Amino acid sequence: MARRLNVWRWVVLGLAALYFLVPLAASVVFTVDVPGQGVTFDAYTQIVSTAGFGSSLLLSLELALATIAIVLLLMVPAMVALRLSAPRLRPVVEVVCSLPLVVPPIAFVAGIATVLKWGPDHLSRTPLFETFVAIQNPSFPFVLVLAYVVMALPFVYRALDSGLRAVDVRTLVEAARSCGAGWPQALVRAVLPNLRGALLNAAFLTLALVLGEFTVAQLLGFQPFAVWIYSVGGSQAQLSVAVSVLSLLVTWALLLALAGVGGRTRTASSRG
Amino acid sequence: MTATTLEPTTVGKAATVEFQGLRREFGATVALDGLDLTVRPGEFLALLGPSGCGKTTALRMLAGFEHPDSGAVLVDGEDVTRVPAHRRDAGMVFQSYSLFPHLNALDNVAFGLRMRKVRTAERRSRAAELLELVGLADKGDRFPHQLSGGQQQRIALARALALRPRVLLLDEPLSALDAKVRLALREEIRRLQQELGITTLFVTHDQEEALSIADRVAVMRAGRLEQCAEPGELYGRPATAFVAEFVGTMSRIPGRLAGPDVEVLGLRLPAEGTPPTASEVDVLVRPEAVHVTADEGGDAQVIATAFLGATTRLTVRLADGTEVKADLPTHEATALGAGAAVRVSLPQRPVLVAERAA
Repeated sequence: MARRLNVWRWVVLGLAALYFLVPLAASVVFTVDVPGQGVTFDAYTQIVSTAGFGSSLLLSLELALATIAIVLLLMVPAMVALRLSAPRLRPVVEVVCSLPLVVPPIAFVAGIATVLKWGPDHLSRTPLFETFVAIQNPSFPFVLVLAYVVMALPFVYRALDSGLRAVDVRTLVEAARSCGAGWPQALVRAVLPNLRGALLNAAFLTLALVLGEFTVAQLLGFQPFAVWIYSVGGSQAQLSVAVSVLSLLVTWALLLALAGVGGRTRTASSRG
Repeated sequence: MTATTLEPTTVGKAATVEFQGLRREFGATVALDGLDLTVRPGEFLALLGPSGCGKTTALRMLAGFEHPDSGAVLVDGEDVTRVPAHRRDAGMVFQSYSLFPHLNALDNVAFGLRMRKVRTAERRSRAAELLELVGLADKGDRFPHQLSGGQQQRIALARALALRPRVLLLDEPLSALDAKVRLALREEIRRLQQELGITTLFVTHDQEEALSIADRVAVMRAGRLEQCAEPGELYGRPATAFVAEFVGTMSRIPGRLAGPDVEVLGLRLPAEGTPPTASEVDVLVRPEAVHVTADEGGDAQVIATAFLGATTRLTVRLADGTEVKADLPTHEATALGAGAAVRVSLPQRPVLVAERAA
């Protein structure tokens, strides 16, 4: 019985691997095997040398970092407070945080675009006008960070919620407070270290979201990595596939780096 | 294991704790309904009561985790009601395992010292000292998940003592442990408390636990104090029927008031305290006060026996159907199996009388 189960596991794993790996392998082969020339990495060197590769990737990373910082600063204290003092509000917050999943990005960005157009008309005589200009600065469009924070809410909420479920936040905070820690210290020294996994998960998901986000950035007219990929890939079939393979690798590399950093700090802290 | 350097610093400043008219409502339920209680310096006081009687709420108010709707908490005569929890100078051990999972035992104990910005070297040596005090000097590098429940609570105790608190608060620290560990740890807690001379409040719903280690036991019911007395007095001279039945085992035998006396089981015994107004009453008796003798013509019958070691507890059904518990030396009880006809009597002593239970 167990043996048969084992066989089935391998069959399922094999099928899943085929499903994922065959298209990937096909893509890679398509980009490196040019008919008549043999194996060549021209497509990849071409991408890296194309104008905008570095700057768009950097912009995406900056946006991701800012989004992660803001969404965590917003959600961690909120979720801990929710857990400690208003557990009855949890369903409400859950629904609010899930709304971005329900509202399509296209509707979301249409709303943002309307506000961005409408705002300056009405606020031209106030300092807010400057704000509207500043958040649309093409070298660092803060309006995208605002949009991404909202879009990341469902993922961050879920990651943090599962993390908070696993620890007894109330007891940890009270134990810390009875040891002479004030509220901020209790949060930073007693609760956050035990949410490391959840924070890392939230950061992961947000990073992946921001690196891959296309709709909002494209429609608001900014050019982070995903939009740049689209713009360079549109003209040549081989280049466009090479670009998607590359973007996959970049995202993987970043996620692995994040996991590595998280893992290393964990062992370091347990030693110290 | 000696108290090392902790002793002189804590003995000198054992604190008095006073609860004054504490009242707290959670929605429709009244957790505390005017609690007045004074804990003497260096005393080990147990707060005992059924769940929901407000004992934990009272403790949490002293810790600073709950705030009273009205009333005050005083430590050494100083009102601390508005002082935030982290400046209360109260060490606390919690019911659930509360060690910080990301820190090892030593760092857990040193946590409070770190919050007080004590230098690393001093912090470590003091934490090591405290670990030794609770008998876990060799477990400093273990993480909470590598320790047993009893060990975790010992570490939690060491952590609570690390800042040399003026009061030690124990919120059912033994209830998650198994029986043997519970017994050992409760003696350990008592020993430490006596060595350090620290004023201690111990919340429990286990009357045996309270009676065995506390200097005084405060029995609470529905947010109020029923009686606060030494264990012996609480057991022997309970102030109310509630205390009598909550502490130890009590049987009720129907009787009838006649002036200052009460007629029960064909005897006429003086009633203790102020008797109720109704004439139909119940007499409250402890199992060890009930005399049971084998008597073929007796109208009572043994219905069950339970061997407790030196004594055997008989459950006897009287003629009117009332069940009474009686403790007999085991060698006397061997003759009295279930079904034996017996006669039940009471010693010529004042008895506690309560209104007839519905």
